[in-house]
Amino acid sequence: MKKIQPVIGLEVHVQLNTRSKMFCSCSRDYFNSEPNTKVCPVCLGMPGVLPVINKKAVNLTILTGLAFDCSISPISSFARKNYPYPDLVKGYQISQFEEPLCIGGKISFMLNNEISEVSLERIHLEEDTARLIHNNSTVQDSSLMDINRSGVPLMEVVSDPDMHSADQAIGYLKKLRQTLRYIDVSDADMEKGSFRCDANISVRYEGDKTLGNKVEVKNMNSFRSIHRAIETEIERQSKMLNAGEEIVQETRGFVDAKGITVSQRSKEQAHDYRYFPEPDLPPLFNSDLTISNLKTSLKELPNIKSKRFEKQYGLLSEESELLASTKQTADNFEESVKEYQKLLKNNTEIELAKTVANWYMGDIAKQLNQISPDAELQDTQVSPRHISELLQLIHKKQITVSSAKVVLEKMFNNEGTPSNIVDQEGLGQLNNTDAIIEIILNVIKNNEKAIRDYNSGKTSALGYLVGQVMKETRGRIDANEASQLLIKKISEKK
Amino acid sequence: MMDTNIDLTLSALKHIHNMTESVYTSKQLIDKTIKNLHLQDSKLNAYITILDEYAFERSIAMDEKINRGEELPLAGVPIAVKDMLAFKGYPTTAGSRTLENFIPTFNSTVVEKLINAGAVIIGKTSCDEFAMGSSNEHAFTGPVHNPWNLDCVPGGSSGGSAATVAARGVPLSVGTDTGGSIRQPASFNGIYGLKPTYGRVSRYGVVAFASSLEQVGPMAYNIHDLALLLSVIAGHDPKDSTTLNEVVPDYHTSLDQGIKGMKIAVPDNIYDGANKIMQSKINAALEIFKNNGAEITEGISIPSWESALPAYYLIAPSEASANLSRYDGFRYGQSSVEYSDLWQRLENTRGLGFGKEVKRRILLGTYALSAGYYDQYYKKALKLRTMIKNDFKKIFNDYDFIMTPTTPAPAFKIGERITNPLEMYMSDYYTLPINIAGNPAISIPCGFIDDLPVGLQIIGKDLEEQKLLQCAAVYEKETTWNQEIPSF
Ligand SMILES: [Zn+2]
Repeated sequence: MKKIQPVIGLEVHVQLNTRSKMFCSCSRDYFNSEPNTKVCPVCLGMPGVLPVINKKAVNLTILTGLAFDCSISPISSFARKNYPYPDLVKGYQISQFEEPLCIGGKISFMLNNEISEVSLERIHLEEDTARLIHNNSTVQDSSLMDINRSGVPLMEVVSDPDMHSADQAIGYLKKLRQTLRYIDVSDADMEKGSFRCDANISVRYEGDKTLGNKVEVKNMNSFRSIHRAIETEIERQSKMLNAGEEIVQETRGFVDAKGITVSQRSKEQAHDYRYFPEPDLPPLFNSDLTISNLKTSLKELPNIKSKRFEKQYGLLSEESELLASTKQTADNFEESVKEYQKLLKNNTEIELAKTVANWYMGDIAKQLNQISPDAELQDTQVSPRHISELLQLIHKKQITVSSAKVVLEKMFNNEGTPSNIVDQEGLGQLNNTDAIIEIILNVIKNNEKAIRDYNSGKTSALGYLVGQVMKETRGRIDANEASQLLIKKISEKK
Repeated sequence: MMDTNIDLTLSALKHIHNMTESVYTSKQLIDKTIKNLHLQDSKLNAYITILDEYAFERSIAMDEKINRGEELPLAGVPIAVKDMLAFKGYPTTAGSRTLENFIPTFNSTVVEKLINAGAVIIGKTSCDEFAMGSSNEHAFTGPVHNPWNLDCVPGGSSGGSAATVAARGVPLSVGTDTGGSIRQPASFNGIYGLKPTYGRVSRYGVVAFASSLEQVGPMAYNIHDLALLLSVIAGHDPKDSTTLNEVVPDYHTSLDQGIKGMKIAVPDNIYDGANKIMQSKINAALEIFKNNGAEITEGISIPSWESALPAYYLIAPSEASANLSRYDGFRYGQSSVEYSDLWQRLENTRGLGFGKEVKRRILLGTYALSAGYYDQYYKKALKLRTMIKNDFKKIFNDYDFIMTPTTPAPAFKIGERITNPLEMYMSDYYTLPINIAGNPAISIPCGFIDDLPVGLQIIGKDLEEQKLLQCAAVYEKETTWNQEIPSF
């Protein structure tokens, strides 16, 4: 049997991080707002109102285009996309058709340890629709309208039909989301609806030149459900292809609870959008100067930052990628290194960065994960400077590594700065040798069996004894030092 | 000081002068105007809403301002506004049953400017439904009558605004012009009407019909009044991205500069299909301009003129089909209660709310934009538009004005053309190309044919409204057409 090749293209709608809406001055932040409180005549589609372009939204779209190597159109224009539906207050959506802001470009990401490159068709700007709330308990047999979302700036990123697996699609989406967050274009949060994805899926036999009839799959609200929907749809179509059945071009909705796609609209029922140039808005002229200014303002992208981390801090590529995965983590890490360097002027940056990186990837990540999978230091009282203070205490042997972990936990519980916590909890490292020796001698006296085992060659017994010393000192002694002192005192006793 | 002494046929400027000199108050003027309007309107049907109470209270407030010596350009003067312009708190119907109960929560920019200038908006005038029509027979409140002959149409779509000014109901009114909707009724009623350059006046809050063609403009029976009103309403508006960011001159203070040395082009095709007597009227007018130092060149060819009508009837309905799709009855306006599902509700709502002409144009526009027809129709119309613009530009490289009749013939009888849309569309033959090109144009009264007024259209270079007004002022000085008052 011939091998089947799935072909996937994605359309992603992204709400932009602007203050106001796309064509009016209403606040664009409607999340958790009372329904129909962020509205005005313009976004309500009242008779006679006119749109005014939000320049910030245009710039954010161009910025996204620059991040993905798109070519930015010197002249771009808006168009009316006509379709009647109650969530569309004007009966048409102001979108872009013949002259989008960004054309072409690509998104690159790692897939199974190889670079995967997906080409883009276009990125354009439009307005979001109102929200309809069906099956509500307020009014029976009716749908409610919330117009707060109407007119929120929406950027549509359209890929070419250039992907061949659900994994690749997810890799593409994760890279897109990461980049959008990096350059502050969007919070790209699927749960809040600021990042929404539709998938165009078709199948063909490997080697075929033409594409099969495509099916547009909608209603996916998490990466997990996108992955599942794509796999399900590929499976459905593959079975049909192998059985020689015709795959109809249509729109299907993913039913998450059942894990299946169901037909929503056939090709015949598809809308004729009757696009035509928006007469209320003059074309946008994107000068070379505007574009080059935006290019300059484009922040360091994750791939580039990760490469820099490898070079500048001597980190492994996996370590760099992890630290550069979000802009906040990367910024926090770098600030901690900088602060740490201020405190310890005699050490090289590479030496210090290694320690900082280990803490960020280890105990700090663990603490943040307990808050939420997306938590950053910014969500806590702990600052990057506090981290470097803590590391300095270890470096100066004022606390042990195991005490530091206790201190870190207390820092995340808002119990104070590292030094405060050390003072309050009496966690200062024991450097008084007499006191330590007394504790060592006590441990030797109270663990005769372990001493015998050790003396008979069972080196693992030493670990147990060190543990006992740590326990007695509440971790306030350096484990290496404890071990060395134990060996010395045991041999003296023999 | 009896209010019966107030002469309602005076110009707005004269009223302003008299109120400033305390000859009478705005309250007295408005009081008399309203009484007169109600009497007149029983015959003309020019208003959809007469704002008795609002105007009365407003006149008292304006009197206070006048007494305090505040200088507002239109303080206390009554003005009528076409019902296409949103007026906060008062019905704005666009002549359609669809918006019969619609009360906007915002002002159109032009209304805002009128209020800031101290004008007293006395009523909302009738118009063809959504400004689609040339006879004002298509308003849900019934046809408007021409004060020169009540059996005739006043023209459209700004028929109410024209009829009430011609009848001396008010000295000033505001209309909108998408294909001749200010100039054609101005001509049918023997008054002045000006369509400004596209982008000169804000369209914000003007119920949209064909966005890329329409402009708001002034109507009056005195050229200085017309110029004054244009000064008040023109200008850049941050709420309308298609407005031009250009300084607005004080049009009314510099009208006496004459037209010496200016060049007038008269196209060769302008009498095709026109009333025989029209030519002599235009020639008489041209003679006056020549005597005032203008140079006249006849037989100028504008080859694309003929393409304007088909281009217009593709572009305007296409834009209208989108502009009118918001009237779904879900948020405001008429809404059908008989329905089994969403789509049926939409269909019934729009089926009941819209009149025949509106439906005809929505269908035409929807068809022209449909997949497979877009390139053949809409795109081709845009190409014609470019051609027409270029032709006009070329002529204005060498000339200051183009002159034509405003309409092929005077007003026709009510009901005469309503069943023949093509013949109706032809009455905009002279005015349509100007909306396609975007230039400013004015219609001035230039005589009578069979006791009905006719107008001369003067077309100018982009943003040269000033010159148009100067030219009209020269003509007004030498003629008395604008002083003729209909009795009905
Ligand atoms: Zn708004």
